[in-house]
Amino acid sequence: MTEPMMINLALAILFLPLLGFLVTLLFGKRIKSIYTFEIAIIILAFVGAVVLLFTKLSYYQNTDIVSQVSWINLGNVPLLGNTTIDIGILIDNISVLMIFVVTLISMLVHIFSIVYMEGDRLYNRYFAYLGIFTFSMTGIVFTHNMLMMYIFWELVGLSSYLLIGFWYEKKSASDAGKKAFIVNRVGDLGMLSGILLLYTTYHTFTFSQIFSQIAAGHFPLNSEFWLTVTGILLFCGAIGKSAQFPLHVWLPDAMEGPTPVSALIHAATMVAAGVYLVVRIFPLLTSGALMFIAVIGMLSAFIPATIALTQNDIKKVLAYSTISQLGYMVMGLGVGAYKFAFFHLITHAFFKALLFLGSGSVIHAMHHEQDITKMGGLRKKMPITYATFLIASLAISGIPLTSGFLSKDGILQGSFAFGSLTGYWIFAFVGFLVAMMTAFYMFRLLILTFHGEPRDHHKYEHAHESPFTMAMPLAVLAVLSIFIWYTPNPFNPEQGAILSNWIKTPQLVTPQDSRFNFMKSELPANVAVQQVTQNSEVMYSESYTQALEGAHIPSLLLSLTLAGLGILIAFSFYQWKKVDVDKLADSIKPLYKLSYNKWYFDEIYGAVFVGGTLLLSRALAWFDQYIVDGIVNGAATVTRAVSRFSGKFDNVVVDGMVNGTAYVSGFIGLIFRRFQTGKVQTYIVLVVFSLVILLFIFK
Amino acid sequence: MTYFPILSFITFLPIVGMILILFIPKSQAVIIKSLTLVITGIQVIAALFILHYYNYSLGGINDPNSFQFIEKFRWIDIAGFSWIGRIKIDYFLGIDGISVPLVLLTAIVTFIATISSWTINKSVKGYFALFLLLDTGMMGVFVALDFFLFYIFWELMLLPMYFLIGIWGGPRREYAAIKFFIYTLFGSVFILLVMIGLYFSSTETLADGTKIFTFNMLAMMNPHNFTQFGILSPLNPNNLRLIAYIFLFIGFAIKIPMFPFHTWLPDAHVEAPTAISVILAGVLLKMGTYGILRVCFPIFPEITQQLVWYIALFGMINIIYGALCAMAQKDFKKLIAYSSVSHMGFVMLGMASLNTLGISGAIFQMFNHGTITAMLFLIVGVIYDRAHTRDLEAFGGLATQMPVYTGFVTLAFFAAIGLPGLSGFVSESFVFLGAFGFGLIRVLTVVSTLGILLGAGYMLWTLQRVYLGSLKEKWTSLTDLTFREYAMFIPLSLIIIFLGVYPSAMLSLMNTSVNSMVKFMADAKVMYSSLAGF
Repeated sequence: MTEPMMINLALAILFLPLLGFLVTLLFGKRIKSIYTFEIAIIILAFVGAVVLLFTKLSYYQNTDIVSQVSWINLGNVPLLGNTTIDIGILIDNISVLMIFVVTLISMLVHIFSIVYMEGDRLYNRYFAYLGIFTFSMTGIVFTHNMLMMYIFWELVGLSSYLLIGFWYEKKSASDAGKKAFIVNRVGDLGMLSGILLLYTTYHTFTFSQIFSQIAAGHFPLNSEFWLTVTGILLFCGAIGKSAQFPLHVWLPDAMEGPTPVSALIHAATMVAAGVYLVVRIFPLLTSGALMFIAVIGMLSAFIPATIALTQNDIKKVLAYSTISQLGYMVMGLGVGAYKFAFFHLITHAFFKALLFLGSGSVIHAMHHEQDITKMGGLRKKMPITYATFLIASLAISGIPLTSGFLSKDGILQGSFAFGSLTGYWIFAFVGFLVAMMTAFYMFRLLILTFHGEPRDHHKYEHAHESPFTMAMPLAVLAVLSIFIWYTPNPFNPEQGAILSNWIKTPQLVTPQDSRFNFMKSELPANVAVQQVTQNSEVMYSESYTQALEGAHIPSLLLSLTLAGLGILIAFSFYQWKKVDVDKLADSIKPLYKLSYNKWYFDEIYGAVFVGGTLLLSRALAWFDQYIVDGIVNGAATVTRAVSRFSGKFDNVVVDGMVNGTAYVSGFIGLIFRRFQTGKVQTYIVLVVFSLVILLFIFK
Repeated sequence: MTYFPILSFITFLPIVGMILILFIPKSQAVIIKSLTLVITGIQVIAALFILHYYNYSLGGINDPNSFQFIEKFRWIDIAGFSWIGRIKIDYFLGIDGISVPLVLLTAIVTFIATISSWTINKSVKGYFALFLLLDTGMMGVFVALDFFLFYIFWELMLLPMYFLIGIWGGPRREYAAIKFFIYTLFGSVFILLVMIGLYFSSTETLADGTKIFTFNMLAMMNPHNFTQFGILSPLNPNNLRLIAYIFLFIGFAIKIPMFPFHTWLPDAHVEAPTAISVILAGVLLKMGTYGILRVCFPIFPEITQQLVWYIALFGMINIIYGALCAMAQKDFKKLIAYSSVSHMGFVMLGMASLNTLGISGAIFQMFNHGTITAMLFLIVGVIYDRAHTRDLEAFGGLATQMPVYTGFVTLAFFAAIGLPGLSGFVSESFVFLGAFGFGLIRVLTVVSTLGILLGAGYMLWTLQRVYLGSLKEKWTSLTDLTFREYAMFIPLSLIIIFLGVYPSAMLSLMNTSVNSMVKFMADAKVMYSSLAGF
C-alpha cells in the first residue's frame, strides 16, 4: 500500500463516522432500522483501522506519513508575516495504535448497545451520537497540529455532553452533561492560552514545526521559563479531559449516561485523550512541566483511589478507578516513563471498557440496579460476565499473565527509577500504595457483586446472562486483556514488539539545562537536533537505562506483594467476613466519611465556584439595573425635573413678564380709555386743563 | 456591470418598495408582506451580485481608487457663503473588504426578518413601510463614504426604529422606544459635533486647484489634507483631537453597545417584536463597530494607537460583564440581549489588536454574531409566539415536545458558545490569536478567554432549563416548527456551518482590506509623529 493510499484510508476512517452521524440523525425518525447503517459504518472503519495498523507497522515502521492542506491562508500580512493555518493528519505508530483501540472499542460498544438500548425512545439518535463521538475522537488521534487537536477536543466535549445527557428528562443527567462540559472548558481555557502562546511564538500549530523551532533555541517570549509555562498550560487541557485532580469532579457524574457510553467515552477513549495530548507534546516538556504533570498525576491516582474504597454504586467505583488509572498514566509521563504510560493507555482501554460493559451487563440483568450492596451471588446467574469481569479485575490489579500487570508494573518501575535518579521517591511510594488500594476496591466490587449470597432476592430471581451481542464484546475484550498479545514473556513487556519496536520515546527538544539530569542527551547538540525529525529511539541516557533495569525486579516484587495483599484484605473483609467492616469504618469515622463523601469536592466547588459566580452575576445584574441603568433613568428624571422647572419658570416668570407687560399696558390703556370719550367738550376741557398744567410747569 | 449603480440600487430599492406599499390599500396585508419579501429577496440577490463581481485584490480603506462599485457625484453645492466658503457635498458610495461582509449581512438578516415579520397583524402597511425605510438606512451606512451622507443614513434608521419598537412592541414599548431614541440621538450629537469639526479642518482640492472644506472621509484620512489651523487638524497640536476621538467613539460605542452605555439594549430587545430584535442585534449593533473601524481608526490613527489599550479593556469588560449579567437573567430575551453585549466585546478586543488576525476576527465576528444572534432571537420568538411567556423558569422539557426546534436551538447555542465546526469558533479564535499577538493587550486577552467559559455556563444552563428535563403538563400542546420557521432557520444554520468549516470564504473577502488597514495604521504611527508639533 502506498503512502497516498494510507492517507486516503485514514481520511476514510475519519469521515465515515461523520457520514454515519449525519445519515442516522437526519433519517432517524423516518427509518427505524437506520442504526444498522451506523453500525455498518463503524465496522468498516474498524476494518480500515486494522489494515492501516498492519500496513504501518509492517511496512512503514520507521516512517511517519503526513498530509496537510492549508485551511486558512491569509498570505503575507503586515506585522505578522506569513499567516497560514494548516490542518493535516499524521500517521505514526502512536496514532495507528490509538486508532485501532478507538475503532475497536467503538465497534464493540455499538454492538453491545443494540440490545442494551433496546426500546429507547431515541434509539437511532443514540447511535448517531456514537457516530459523532467516533468522528471527533478519530480527529484527535490523527491530528498533526495543535489547532485541530483543540477543534476535535471541543467536539468530543460536545458528544460527551450529548451522551451524558442522553436521558435528558432526568435532571441529574442534564446536570451531569452540563457539568462535564463546563468543567472541561475550565481546563480548555489553559489549553487555549497555551495554544495562543505557541502560535504567537511560532506562527504555526504543527507539532513538528514547533518542535524543530524549539530545538533551534526559539522559546515563547524568549525564555525557557515560558516554555515550561506553555507546557503546563497545554497540560491543563489534559487535566480537564482526563479528569485529573482538581478537575476530576465531572467524571463520576458522567456515569449518568448509558453504561456503554461510559465504557467507550468515559473509560477507554475520550478520557484518555488527555494522556494522548501529553504524549503528543512530550518533546517540548521541560523538567518543570514534567514535575507539575507528575504531581498532578500522582494526586489523581491517589485521591480517587481513596474514594473508590467506600463507594457502593458499581459505576461510581469504576469511574473513580478510571481517574486513578489515568493518574497513573499521567504520572508515568511526568516521570519520563513515556512508553509504559502509552502502553498502559492501551491496556487500560481494553480492561476498563470490559469492566464497564460488564457492569452494564449486570445493570441490564438487575433491571437498572447499580447499588452493589443490593447485589451478590450473580456469579452463578451470569457466568460469562463474571469470568470476564474477573479477568479485567485481575488486570487492573496488576496480577501476572494479564496485560495490566505489564503496563502498570512498567509505570511503577519508571517511578522507581525516577526516585532513584532524582531522589523524589514520593511518586513510587504513592504508586505502590495506589496499586494496593486498586486491588482492594476492585475485589471488593467483584465480591459484593458476584460472590456470596444474593441480597435482593427479587431482583436476583429475574437476573439472567446477557445475550450474545452483549457477551461477545465482553469476551473479545477479555481476550485482549491477556499478556500474550503484547509480549511472549509475561514478566517482561519489553520483549514484545509493542514496546521494543512500535512505541518509541521521542527525542526531547527542550534545552539541555531545563531537563532532568537523566534526560540530558549524551549526543552533541547538532546531532540531537537532527534526530528530532527522524523516528529514532531515545532512552535519555545510560544512567537512566541502568536505573530502569535495576528497578525492574524490586518494583515487580513490591507491586505483586501489595496487590496480593489488597486482594487478600478484600477477601477477608467481604468474602470470609473475618473483619467487621462496619465496625472498622466506625472506628475511623472521619476518614471513612471523607472517602464516602468524595473529599467534599463537589460541595466545596459548588459553594465557592458555582455559588461565587452566581452571586457575582446577580450582584452585577443588580448593579446593571439599578446603578448603570439607574444613572440613565436618573439623567432622564433630572432632565424632566429641570424641564418641568423651566416650564414653570417659563410660564410664570418669562411668560409672566410678557403677560405682565401686556397687563400693564392694558391697565394703562384702561385708564386712558376713560379719557377717550368721543365728546368734543371733554377733549376741550382736557386740552385747557393740560395747557394750564404745562404753563404752570414751564413758567 | 461597472456602469450599473448597484450600491444605489441596493440602498434605495427598499425606499421604492416603501413608496409602492403606500399605494397598496391597507386591507391587502398579504400583498404588502409579499412585496416586502420580494424587495428584500432582490436585495439578497443584489448582494450576491456584488459578491460575485467583487475584486478580492483591492484594498480600499483610505485609497479612493481601490474602492469598488464607486458612485460619486456632486450632490449639494452652495457657493454663496462668504465666511464658510463653498459648501460642496458629494454623493459618494463605495465598498471595500470591511463593508462587503456587512452589506451581505444586512441583506440576509433583513430577508430573514421579513419572513419573521409575517406574524405581524397590527397596521401591516405602516409596519412594512417603516421596515423598508429602516433597511435603506442600514444599507446606506455601510456603503456611504462621505461623512455627511453617512450621518444622514445613520439618523435615517433611527426614526423607523423608534416607531417599530414604540408601536409594535411589548407592554413597555414606549419607554423602550424613547430610551433607544434618546440614547442614540445623544450619541449622534457627539458624532455630529466631530463631523462638523472635521469638516472645518480638512480640505479637498478641486479640479481647478482651489481648496475647499470637505466631508469626504477618505480625504480626512490623509493628514496633509488638513488645514494648518483647523480645529481638528493633526498639524495643530492640541488635545482637541483626543477629545474629538473620545466623543466620536462614545457616539459609536452607544450603538455597539459598550459598557456603560449598553442599558438601552436589553430594554429595546425585550420590548421589540421578534423581527425587529433580529434586525437590532443582527445589523444595528454592527453599525457601532463598523463606525469605529471606518471612521475613528483611519481618521484618527495616532489617537487610536494611544487609546488602543482602553478599547481592549472595554472589550474585555463587555465580554465578562455581559456574560455575568446574562447569567442572572430570568427573561429569555434579556439573556440573549446581554449575550450580545458579551459577544460584541470580542469585536472590540479584536479591533484593538491592530493586526490582521485580530481585525479579520473582529469583522468576521460581526458577521457571525449577526447570523448567530439573529437565530437566537428567532428561537426566542418561536417560543414566545406559542407560549406567550419568556420566563426561563416557566419552561422545561421542550426537547420532547419540539424535537426539530430543539435541534436548531442546540446548533445555535453551541455556535454562540464557539463550538469548532461552527462559524463563531473561527472568529473568536482569530480575535484571541490577534489580540494575544499584540503584547500590550495580552493580559486583557487572557482574562477575556474567561468569557467563553461563562458563555458555556449561561447557554447550557438555559438549554437545560428550557429544553431538557421533564416536559411540563401545560406545554404539551406546543407544536414543532412550521414551514415558515424552517425557512428562517435553515438558511442561517447553513451559513453558520458553512463558515465554520470553510471560513476562508469570508476571510479572503476581507483580507486585502484588512491588510491595508493594518498597514495604514502602522504607517500612520510614523507619519503622524513626523508632522509638525509631534
